[in-house]
Amino acid sequence: MVTLVFLESAEGKVKKSSLEAVAYAHAMGGTIIAIAMGTNDKAELDAVGKYGASKVLHAADAKLDHPVLQVFSSVLIQAMQQENADNLILANSSLGTPVAAKVAVKTGASFASNVVELPSTTSGFVVKRSIYTGKAFSFVEMKSAKKVIALKKNAAEIKDIGGSATVVAFTPTLNDADFNTKVTSTEKASGEISLPEANIVVSGGRGMKGPEHWGMLTDLAKVLHAATGCSKPVSDMGWRPHHEHVGQTGVKVAPQLYIAIGISGAIQHLAGVNSSKCIVVINKDADAPFFKAADYGIIGDAFEVVPKLTAAIQASK
Amino acid sequence: MKILVCITHVPDTTSKINFIENNTRFDTAGVQFIIGPYDDYALARAIELKESSGASVTVLNVGLSETEPTIRKALAIGADDAIRVNAEPTDSFFVASQIAENAIGYDLILMGRESIDFNGGVVHAMVGEMLGIPAISPVMKLDIEGTKVIMAHEIEGGKEYVEANLPLVAGCQEPIAEWKIPNMRGIMGARTKPLKVVEPKSVEKSVVTQKFELPPPKGTVKMISSDNVAELVTLLKNEAKVL
Repeated sequence: MVTLVFLESAEGKVKKSSLEAVAYAHAMGGTIIAIAMGTNDKAELDAVGKYGASKVLHAADAKLDHPVLQVFSSVLIQAMQQENADNLILANSSLGTPVAAKVAVKTGASFASNVVELPSTTSGFVVKRSIYTGKAFSFVEMKSAKKVIALKKNAAEIKDIGGSATVVAFTPTLNDADFNTKVTSTEKASGEISLPEANIVVSGGRGMKGPEHWGMLTDLAKVLHAATGCSKPVSDMGWRPHHEHVGQTGVKVAPQLYIAIGISGAIQHLAGVNSSKCIVVINKDADAPFFKAADYGIIGDAFEVVPKLTAAIQASK
Repeated sequence: MKILVCITHVPDTTSKINFIENNTRFDTAGVQFIIGPYDDYALARAIELKESSGASVTVLNVGLSETEPTIRKALAIGADDAIRVNAEPTDSFFVASQIAENAIGYDLILMGRESIDFNGGVVHAMVGEMLGIPAISPVMKLDIEGTKVIMAHEIEGGKEYVEANLPLVAGCQEPIAEWKIPNMRGIMGARTKPLKVVEPKSVEKSVVTQKFELPPPKGTVKMISSDNVAELVTLLKNEAKVL
């Protein structure tokens, strides 16, 4: 069995979620070939071997620096053909998931996104998917010989198995007609920790009383190396940018630790955080529904508790 | 311009999720069904385009007869006519195949970025692939200039501005438009708007859902005094092991 894993990079580094995809493929067994597109750091690609890939294809053409779904799916199909790959595995993302779906349609593969665990192969090939926005799971049998799987965060644990990979240049045929969308500009919050990728998320709600009070929240995030998020009302009121909105209709996060400050815990917000490993809720309202979904809670005024928490974390280092 | 808006019929976002028949079927008892929230944004933008440029708006749903009240609501909001593909929407590939089959002749195909029941998030990409036209998601802004579509779409930690030509598929999300609430005139008018029922195209199923499962119940919350924040840090380190 040969599995192709699509690697995405951000800020010059292979994304952690892509390494999870390599780890997932490794746990499935067989030969793993990874593929990266556009400008990438060679040392970063070399390092993918540690997690189980035996070869990393690098399609370095700068035309691939701006993702076009049609082009990326065509490159992945060409790589699968060259390597006789049975499967394609990648991380759920705004790029990866639709590209995977296109590959599945074109190759006749079975497709599943939002996959949370390693497959069970005792009777058929069955994956567990997160559905109803984290409120339930489904078990889906993938019947085709070829399989395309998009993983939710934490679907596999990244393990250094001491392997090594050779990075090989890959020069697919790029068809001009496939460049059917054109990226004219990109606005990226640079230097910050990406919310969907973060291990720790510090999130604020209406209880923060205004955007001018976000400093204490970002201070806490800084000592924790956390990403910052917010509730829907906060992004609706323009206190924080939309890409920080965590919830049913915003970003769904699955960090090790989610700290909710001044967020009451509406069911739509919980839908975005219910895959978190540990949830801490800080709220001055003892009846806030969020406490029912929390692992740890502090009833108190955010303006007092948050600076104390920041100081306590700093002191514990 | 002809716009096709694909809508899902899904449990309200506040629904409690339960399964019956040995965890093989969703329990609809006491659940209110709505137009998928993301699809609602797509519909709202389509209606705006209809008002500003005289486009026609058709809604399409893949579902059994119980979805008709939801389709009528979309008609009440302002869509001109509707198509219901008479089949259970079992998986993304199946639904995309039905949409592609009925989407010929439309210039712009809008839908939500994902359905809030199965959360596949790929029907737009699959429809684009099947029709050989561009598909973009999640789109937060969409304007049309002639045959050119100018869009902003969300990427991890930011936004990308993208252009493409019609025909095109877009998976939509806020703030592409404000949700629209049907008025009395719309509701009355919706009753007589054409709703065509078509039988599904036969599709070989490459995935089969075997059963469902609910997450394990959450343990009880451990409360810590606001005077003893350091204890929280200790617990996060030693008990939860997340720091």
